[in-house]
Amino acid sequence: MTPPSAIARPVVEVSTIDKSFGGVQALHRVSLAIEAGTITGIVGENGAGKSTLMNILFGLCHADAGEIRVDGMPMRMDSPRDAIAHGIGMVHQHFMLIESFTVLENLVLGVEGGILLSRGMAKARVEVERLARQYGLAVDPDARVADLSVGEQQRVEILKVLLRGARILILDEPSAVLTPQETERLFAILRALRQRDVAVVLITHKLREVMAVTDRVVVMRGGEVVAERRTAETDLEALAELMVGRKLRLQVDKAPARPGAVMLHAERLRLVDGRGVRLLDDLDLELRAGEIVAVAGVSGNGQTELLQVLAGIQTPTSGAITICGRRFDARRPGDPADRRAIGLAHVPEDRLRQGLVAPFRAAETSILGYQDGPRFSPHGLLDRPTIGAHCCDLMERFDVRPRLPSLRSFQFSGGNQQKLVLAREMAAKPKVLLVGQPTRGVDIGAIEFIRRELVRARDQGCAVLVVSTELEEVLSLADRVLVMVGGRVVGEVEPEKANERRLGLMMTGSMA
Amino acid sequence: MSWSQRSLPAWAEILLVPLINVALAFLVVGIIVRLIGIDPFHALGRLVVGAVGSPESIGYTLYYATNFVFTGLAVALAFHAGLFNIGGEGQAYIGGLGCGVAILAFDKYLPGWLMVPLAITAAALFGAAWAAVPGWLQAWRGSHIVITTIMFNFVASALMVYLLVNVLIAPGSMTPQSREFGPSGQLPALSGSALNLSIVLALGCCVAVWLFLWHTRWGYALRAMGHNPQAALYAGTDLKRMTMLAMCLSGALAGFVGVNELMGVHHRIVLDFPAGYGFAGIAVALMGRNHPVGVALAALLFGALQQGGAELSFDEPAITREMVVVIQGLVILFSGALEHLPRPWIMHLLPRRG
Amino acid sequence: MDDSAAIVFLTAAATLRTATPLILCAMGGLFSERSGIVDVGLEGKMLIAAFFAAVAAATTGSAWWGLAAAIASAEFLALVHGFACITHRGNQVVSGVALNILAAGLTVVLGNAWFHQGGQTPALAAGQRLMPLLSPRAGDNVLVYVALASVPLTWWMISRTRFGLRLRAVGEMPLAVDAAGISVAWLRYRAVLLCGFFAGLAGAYLSIAQNAGFSRDMTAGQGFIALAAIIFGKWRPFPAFGACLIFGLFDAVAIRLQGVTLPGLGEVPVQLIQALPYLLTIFLLAGFIGRAVAPKAIGLPYEKEH
Repeated sequence: MTPPSAIARPVVEVSTIDKSFGGVQALHRVSLAIEAGTITGIVGENGAGKSTLMNILFGLCHADAGEIRVDGMPMRMDSPRDAIAHGIGMVHQHFMLIESFTVLENLVLGVEGGILLSRGMAKARVEVERLARQYGLAVDPDARVADLSVGEQQRVEILKVLLRGARILILDEPSAVLTPQETERLFAILRALRQRDVAVVLITHKLREVMAVTDRVVVMRGGEVVAERRTAETDLEALAELMVGRKLRLQVDKAPARPGAVMLHAERLRLVDGRGVRLLDDLDLELRAGEIVAVAGVSGNGQTELLQVLAGIQTPTSGAITICGRRFDARRPGDPADRRAIGLAHVPEDRLRQGLVAPFRAAETSILGYQDGPRFSPHGLLDRPTIGAHCCDLMERFDVRPRLPSLRSFQFSGGNQQKLVLAREMAAKPKVLLVGQPTRGVDIGAIEFIRRELVRARDQGCAVLVVSTELEEVLSLADRVLVMVGGRVVGEVEPEKANERRLGLMMTGSMA
Repeated sequence: MSWSQRSLPAWAEILLVPLINVALAFLVVGIIVRLIGIDPFHALGRLVVGAVGSPESIGYTLYYATNFVFTGLAVALAFHAGLFNIGGEGQAYIGGLGCGVAILAFDKYLPGWLMVPLAITAAALFGAAWAAVPGWLQAWRGSHIVITTIMFNFVASALMVYLLVNVLIAPGSMTPQSREFGPSGQLPALSGSALNLSIVLALGCCVAVWLFLWHTRWGYALRAMGHNPQAALYAGTDLKRMTMLAMCLSGALAGFVGVNELMGVHHRIVLDFPAGYGFAGIAVALMGRNHPVGVALAALLFGALQQGGAELSFDEPAITREMVVVIQGLVILFSGALEHLPRPWIMHLLPRRG
Repeated sequence: MDDSAAIVFLTAAATLRTATPLILCAMGGLFSERSGIVDVGLEGKMLIAAFFAAVAAATTGSAWWGLAAAIASAEFLALVHGFACITHRGNQVVSGVALNILAAGLTVVLGNAWFHQGGQTPALAAGQRLMPLLSPRAGDNVLVYVALASVPLTWWMISRTRFGLRLRAVGEMPLAVDAAGISVAWLRYRAVLLCGFFAGLAGAYLSIAQNAGFSRDMTAGQGFIALAAIIFGKWRPFPAFGACLIFGLFDAVAIRLQGVTLPGLGEVPVQLIQALPYLLTIFLLAGFIGRAVAPKAIGLPYEKEH
């Protein structure tokens, strides 16, 4: 006699999972049980290990150690195919849908049910209609995916998983791309799934949603599970604090800021992508000489786009930017070279993608963006000795190792690449310095060094804008902290007075 | 391209991998020669003698190499910008048209020291213009440069046939070719071979391309675009204009084939003079690792093959000079499409470091 | 009246004759390109197939052996292409160019070594060729019918079968196919092999049906015209078929128009008509006449993430 769901039995259990990527421990002895007929929320900051854990569960990557059990039986998940066979389905943040296909074609891909499509498609159509009725997953099976709204595409993804008979549904940041109404609808679907004994796992940053829809919450931090709570027995504040944790502030010696004139002013900056989503939503921003302003936020809330637009790489849809007294707007956007000429420097978020050219020698990378002036290319000819000396100088001042200007950029470690890029941008003695993720993937010694340099630039009167998803960094570095959610600045805090709980609530969109 | 994945030491990367690739190509050629019923080593011996055995044959080797330098540089320069220009054939053809038309128009009035630079400039301009259109179409209209340059080869060919049959044909002639250039439009050549002053131009181009790519700010921006367009954009480079610049320079280089062939040898505009040099440029560039020095060396090798192959086919009627084309194809295959083939083997063989 | 009817019939027949290799080649190319593998090597596959068809027909005396040899040789190049592009994730355009050049050289080298006729193969007798079935004047050999049948067949395979669905999917988003537990490589290999099969037929048509033997460079750019037709047909079988017919018509008309003066236009240069397929494709690609949207993942090697 099995009692009804009074005693929930775990469908999937992971125990003592370890995983590291290139020496960095992403997961450390993570254990977790997922029960049928419940909605489990997994929350944590960027890099807490949530996605890695789910990718291991779905067979997208392999654990270094540990075990996965499905219905009590140890299983190997070598590929998504194994995971699907064991009833695990995943809805990725980036949908795996073929846009030129119809909904039905997408649904049957891989489970066509025969060499000819017609019979399998007809059967799938009936099945889809049944599922749609059962769970409120209404979509037109003959519509082209490209013509669907994001919410509808997500429903197709859920249908895909259900059609393959999944009993465990993992959703990775499902509401990140949805409007509030669509999110509500998604939750109704998830509740309907719970009714039918499906185990739902919700990976998210948004604590409000966790409170609204889950039965259990698992909090991850730094690759470990730090807490497990019944949702009914906890609250927003407690979760926010668990998630963010006590931040050890690396002490950066700095005097109080003495803000001067406004050096960068963004007015009603808006950026709309091809689908009509506002990546920047009428954002206003002011940056003064001699201060460090940090933009905090969960990644994907428009910070990347903000940097790109300010640096002149992307053109805003509307709004204006004034830098050192010169105005740029949608009609006269200017380009990165114009910005550099008036004293703006930019350390991009992703140095490998944007900040350097991997096969270029360090000396060549050390002038990227500055190659056109008379200093490095008089009469258009590159002055190699000057460039080499310049690179040596940068390497000396920023302690880039090894000190070989002839080494190719990709041969340096991440931290040394970052120091080289930073050195290049700071050497230009900019009036405004934009820095994205200053210490991402950088070792601890370099972190301190980079932060000290940023403070020194500030003290010399530079206006510094730092974008970082690391709260600890934001708090120890900034004179003012702006919190960005959904393409706009939702609040400003003074780091000395800020507490983690309040910031966590702001960043997760939990505060009005 | 993922740079972090490379784990071979630099010397293996620069020397070993390309050498193995070329060796594989020649191994297959050897097998084909064997299949035809000829001892490959015997054939190789005759080929070497045919290529460098006499002053005349060395002259011919260098003359062929001149063409390969031009088209090889054309492909290499475009490669550095991340563009695959397969239109060298058409650009060479149209470049020859420019040079020929300039000579036909002015050879009666201008002395050689004025005529030659003018004709060379015209070759460059016409070749550049023919490459600029695909460049423009890619930069502004989004059509892919590979497809458009292929199509432009055929359009160039049709255009040249039309012009030679209907417009440029020498009065009273039955063959579709122009009248002979006057003396001021002919480049001095080494007696007994086709080697002419164009080789100086070719060497100049090697130096110029090297200077341009590694010692000017435009070359710097061009290479940045080729390796990482995002970074080039970040650095403030206008990618559209840079694409145009790269294609124009590439087309101009290919256009110089017309100088070597028409001003140096045929002394008139003739049909089909590019004869596959444009495509062979891809093999030259791949084998020369897109560096002017490498291109020059690869061009020498291909020139020797071309000349030696021609001599060989006299001795051994079973082998035609198209053997060289087979080699070109195999070099492109092994040094280009299959360039990663030997990497795992080398990885196995090399002692692990650390 | 009779006269003009005859002209229409003959032009139609000539169009079909010149379009046949284009159609076969285009259908083959469609499979490859829809799976995400660019094929600029159609020309080379067709050329090598034409050569081996003539060689086998001449040595065995049977056109059918010729056909088999054509398919086998084109499949060989297709496999090399697959090996380079799918297994080794090499540059697909470079591989295609290499195979074109290789085929151009190899056919002449082998032809000369075996037959000593400057790259030509011996002239084939009627029994060694695929002969017209109904009307000698129309030249309706079996491959013409195969070409006509290949279009609905291709359409059916691509749009109505499981293989076709997966093929289209892998050309658009290989990641989704992989995530669905389907092998990307095996799908693409099958596409490349189908391409080789059709290109083989096209080559055989040239040397043992339309002509009586192989002559050097006998494809003369028809592989590229087929590629143009694929693009012109926006990677769909029936429109590509239409493009092949139009391009075939250009060719048929070009021969008829030689030296003819059209009222109001003057003499139309034959070369212009010959260049039209390429020019039209360039215009199309540039978006001046509609938009040709290629399969999204075309030309991109698929690399599994770890």
